[in-house]
Amino acid sequence: MESLLILLMIFILSLFLGYELITKVPPTLHTPLMSGSNAISGIVIIGAIVILKNGDGRIMEIISLIALILSTINVIGGFLVTDRMLRMFKKNNTEK
Amino acid sequence: MINSNIITLIYIISSVLFILGMKRLNSPKTARSGNLISSLAMFIAILVTILDNSTLKISWIIIGLIIGSSIGISMAKLVKMTAMPQMVALFNGFGGLASALVSSQEFTRIFNIGNHTIYSVSTIIISIIVGTITFTGSIIAFLKLQELITTNPILIPLRNILNLFLLLITISIGILILITGNHLLIYYLIALGLIVGILIVIPIGGADMPVVIALLNSYSGIAAAFAGFALNNTILIICGSLVGASGLILTNIMTKAMNRSMLNVITGGFGQQNININKDISKHSKPFKSIDTESTSILLKYSENIIIVPGYGLAVAQAQHSIKDLSDILESKGCNIKYAIHPVAGRMPGHMNVLLAEANIPYDQLYDLEQINDQFITADVVIVIGANDVTNPEARNNRNSPIYGMPILNVDKAKNIIVLKRSMSTGFSGIDNELFYQEKTSMLFGDAKKSLEAINKELKLD
Repeated sequence: MESLLILLMIFILSLFLGYELITKVPPTLHTPLMSGSNAISGIVIIGAIVILKNGDGRIMEIISLIALILSTINVIGGFLVTDRMLRMFKKNNTEK
Repeated sequence: MINSNIITLIYIISSVLFILGMKRLNSPKTARSGNLISSLAMFIAILVTILDNSTLKISWIIIGLIIGSSIGISMAKLVKMTAMPQMVALFNGFGGLASALVSSQEFTRIFNIGNHTIYSVSTIIISIIVGTITFTGSIIAFLKLQELITTNPILIPLRNILNLFLLLITISIGILILITGNHLLIYYLIALGLIVGILIVIPIGGADMPVVIALLNSYSGIAAAFAGFALNNTILIICGSLVGASGLILTNIMTKAMNRSMLNVITGGFGQQNININKDISKHSKPFKSIDTESTSILLKYSENIIIVPGYGLAVAQAQHSIKDLSDILESKGCNIKYAIHPVAGRMPGHMNVLLAEANIPYDQLYDLEQINDQFITADVVIVIGANDVTNPEARNNRNSPIYGMPILNVDKAKNIIVLKRSMSTGFSGIDNELFYQEKTSMLFGDAKKSLEAINKELKLD
């Protein structure tokens, strides 16, 4: 039970931290912010790896593998497309 | 095999890097490095998790990573900037489904070994519900944005009662699992979550999509955070809640910009009545002025301060590069060019900025609503391209207007206004735009790209 409370504290503090971090992002960067944070929510990839390791039985392995593939798409695709967008912003700046 | 304290330590380092990475998104100058730092954080976290507890099932993991990476890389490389909203929607959906799957497997596992507690089961239930709703909700949003299904709201009779009913059943099943310990009920829960996701997004019209994507973005984070509770994994909780908070902020910004409440968006149907109004509008007989490209170029030539108001119609007409050419020519003639971007100018928060950045328009020429609204009064000419409702003075003046109170760009304060448009048709709200009938407003009809190219040609002649 104690560990639940600690996790709950981490959860709530992170929500506040997220709020503070994101309110300062200018509207210009809202789309890269969304795709970038989207990639970060792919952190569930960690969960997919853990569950794949702990699981036994073919069905469980296959379901975990699907979860791993989906979250990898989310992570890799998200970071790359964000970089692609931010490169455009950066390029414009150096031209100036 | 790595000591579990070391794993935790590395997760802490990775969390710090995620936070630093997000912090650097505060400015276009540092944003790219911020994204790199976040991806480094992700890489470290993945690597240490793979190495944790021996390299069990390493071949499965590598197969999963390779398949996922190749799909992710090709999607990120191939997507067009105009299609960014639907891709983010799709990625949200994938993340949500992955969280639901991970939680469902943890659920099966703890029941198999008889190690389930109220705490673990309830967090798993939340993660599954939010994850499945995110998944089907995002898929519907994707289909709508990709125009594979109608962008008009699809209204099911009694949908609000139905949704409430389904939500209550879902919660009841969750409680039932907790009380009875019948873990087979989880399949009903998954099925219900999937159905609720569809029902929530299907009545929402195309114009409201920016809100929906932001909200689903938040959900995908929350689902990951609760999967973290279920697995006792702090980094999932930290990252999930950071994303959850970020999505909520964007949702809030979007609903404010559209003058809608969250409840109003969710209960849906806003765009519905407009279709009928649309047809009548062509019959109106109020006088308006039209202008040709030649007169436009003459007007622009003698102007100093010019503000361009781009809307999504600009992207539809593929006119981003033509507008960039126009601003280059005008700047070389000594004009001062600014772009005024309404928060809902694109199909997702900040979308228009990305589309203009792709056309090499420097970001320091892009101004948001609050920054630019006082400057319209000193503008010699405002060029409105493919934007409509966000320039309608009725939002400020007419208490009876459905858009009254919506924050708008004060285009009507400028000395001259040129509106590039195909016809006199209305925008998403279905309301006539007062701006178009003002004395100082001139309508330049036709395809925006062709009109702009013609103006550029005229300007280059002298």
